[in-house]
Amino acid sequence: MVQKTKVIAEDGKQEIMITREFDLPVDLLFKAYTDPGLLEQWMGTKVLKLDSKPHGSYRFETKDEQGNVVFKANGVIHEFIPDQKITRTFEMENSPFAIQLEFLEFEKVTNDTCRLKMQSVFRSTALRDQLLQMPFAQGINMAHNRLQNIVNKLKKAV
Amino acid sequence: MKLRRDIFQAIADPTRRAILLLVASQAMTAGTIAANFDTARPTVSKHLQILTECKLLEQEKNGREIYYQLNPKKIKEIADFIEPFRKLWDERFNKLEAVMKKYKGKA
Repeated sequence: MVQKTKVIAEDGKQEIMITREFDLPVDLLFKAYTDPGLLEQWMGTKVLKLDSKPHGSYRFETKDEQGNVVFKANGVIHEFIPDQKITRTFEMENSPFAIQLEFLEFEKVTNDTCRLKMQSVFRSTALRDQLLQMPFAQGINMAHNRLQNIVNKLKKAV
Repeated sequence: MKLRRDIFQAIADPTRRAILLLVASQAMTAGTIAANFDTARPTVSKHLQILTECKLLEQEKNGREIYYQLNPKKIKEIADFIEPFRKLWDERFNKLEAVMKKYKGKA
């Protein structure tokens, strides 16, 4: 099976390349990145600010059911070319990760399909490798949250 | 978790990666492996020790000689290393595609 999403993280390089083909016209893919309501739906985070233009900025925040902030990120938009390109910084707040530089390139393949190339540049190879290991940690946290939810429900039932 | 990081550190070194590539073709003794490098023999031994400790290499005795060979199972773990990260983005992008198809249907 051909993988729709490809991740390339070459040894010793401080970048990650993510490519993905979508069954969507390129303008719809671009809209998914610029419309706050739509972005909230697929990213699963709250959009506090999204000012899509050169020198614009964005802020995302995710809270758990108890209202604790579990994820907070922000960045500044440098380049903004509709249906083609977004260059922005990405900073995960309260995390050991230094600010990353992201190059997002949107490319029309056919009228109904398109491709996204996302290049994330890190401050060091060590930080990049650390982030690659993150999904493991996230998986553990998510499992923990699920367990906590079940326990809470049981508590309420008693 | 710790073991995985060890594997990653093991392959972060270019000489160790070269050793893995070399041994990929056939099992070799430490002497044969060292002969392929300009590096001092004790340095190569140290690399072999690290690769063996994290189980990327296996030792096999053949008479008086010890042969080093790849452990395919561990090598696969390296290939799988970025898989959880890839899956994370794959799921996120699947969601994006679904959200936008729904949006398109409404428009």
